[in-house]
Amino acid sequence: MKRRELLYAVLALLGIWLIMAWLVDQPILPSPTDVAVTFVEEIISGELLQHFTASLWRVLVSTMLAIAIAAPIGLILGQSKRLDGLFSPVIYLLYPIPKVVLVPIVLLFFGIGNFPKIVIIFMILFFQILVLVRDRAANIQPELVNSVRSLGAGRRALFRYVYLPASVPGILTALRQSIGTAVAVLYIAELFATQTGLGYYIHFNGSTLFDYPAMYAGILAMALMGLGLYFAVDWLEHRIARWQFVN
Amino acid sequence: MVQLESLAYSYGSGPPIFQDFNWHVGHGEAWAVLGPSGCGKTTLLYLLAGLRFPTSGQVLIDGKPLARPRPRTGLILQEYGLLPWATVQQNAELGLRVRSFYGPDGKHAPIEFQPNLDVDPWLERLGLAKLKEKYPKQLSGGQRQRTAIARTLALKPDLLLMDEPFGSLDAPTRENLQNLTIDLWDEQSLTLVIVTHAIEEAAILGAKILLLGQPPNVETTIIDNPKMSTANYRESNTYLELCRDLRHQMEGR
Repeated sequence: MKRRELLYAVLALLGIWLIMAWLVDQPILPSPTDVAVTFVEEIISGELLQHFTASLWRVLVSTMLAIAIAAPIGLILGQSKRLDGLFSPVIYLLYPIPKVVLVPIVLLFFGIGNFPKIVIIFMILFFQILVLVRDRAANIQPELVNSVRSLGAGRRALFRYVYLPASVPGILTALRQSIGTAVAVLYIAELFATQTGLGYYIHFNGSTLFDYPAMYAGILAMALMGLGLYFAVDWLEHRIARWQFVN
Repeated sequence: MVQLESLAYSYGSGPPIFQDFNWHVGHGEAWAVLGPSGCGKTTLLYLLAGLRFPTSGQVLIDGKPLARPRPRTGLILQEYGLLPWATVQQNAELGLRVRSFYGPDGKHAPIEFQPNLDVDPWLERLGLAKLKEKYPKQLSGGQRQRTAIARTLALKPDLLLMDEPFGSLDAPTRENLQNLTIDLWDEQSLTLVIVTHAIEEAAILGAKILLLGQPPNVETTIIDNPKMSTANYRESNTYLELCRDLRHQMEGR
């Protein structure tokens, strides 16, 4: 996709929003210009920014934790048929469960604060990364492993030069596929037992203060966060897994 | 250089592939191991590489029993041997990187190994200098095999093992790489063992040809091919007769 095409798409969507707002003509659908003004004001005042950073921090911490824990487990399971045979039925059963239904349970167990929110996003990313890294590691050609062993590589060098780099695209694909879901579920989680985060901000402005432009500014911030994270992963993929895109 | 002593090998509890099998490869010899699929020729190569171990008997290299891949043995496989995420240059450097990773411990790298990543002369020699920054999937089959050869030769092996190295290449590229292999064998004083199912390839690359048949392989059938590296050997009658002879022998087994 070219940048110019993206810009046109943004303009087209803003145009549709503008026309809709004009047609509906109700406080529950403010125009994009009103929302933009509120957005900037709320960012400058620090009000929105504070909730934005709270949400972003939760996403980033749980992403790091998910990579740090799921990737090594995926690598081990991908290399060992025996261990994989042992654990894959469990993963097979847990993987498709929509983690969002566990939100109430996690909140009951871990109460208020950041931790339960981090746990929920972690669960979503964990299984996605685990499964993709495991499959990447399991699908490495035995010829490749044997060639590198014949160059003198033992277990440690194989890990460093074959399994580790082979898992990087798996991690990035998992993030790209699930970061949107993670942000969506974060929104749900932030509706309860917290006074920080964009989910709280959107809900509070929408249903308690009835400040619709602020609510929309919150939605915009959450959308930008999702989009920004998606672009960041995309950018990383092109940088550190460039070989996938050449032809 | 290589000595197999009453070697036996079978996969798990399956039927034996080799039984009481003896074979000797001298320093600097060029061997082709020829046989139909399923005869155990790739298994033999993996035994020589130290990637598999005999059920009984011994594989001796330079008089020492083989317990793990030996630093000075190079192995080149038919396909998939290159790291798909690494460029030609990085792939060629891989062996040297692995050695530097462990340091000269005599186990993963020879004691006298000086850490370096100097592969440029090899990329030059194999005509890869302009392709340094390309990834394997951007290369032709021949260029990929040249990269694998550069990577292996950068480690200065004295024993080079090749498993159907040119099987998937088109005829001109194959001949070109076969000639290159002979040149390299000659100038690097390598001991060469090439495994192939192609009669023509065995006749071109093997100064001695070990013929394998349906397992179990017990007897060692050897055919001499002393004129192999002479000029225009491909056109000669000796070559054509040898091919005919090999075909008969393979059918007779």
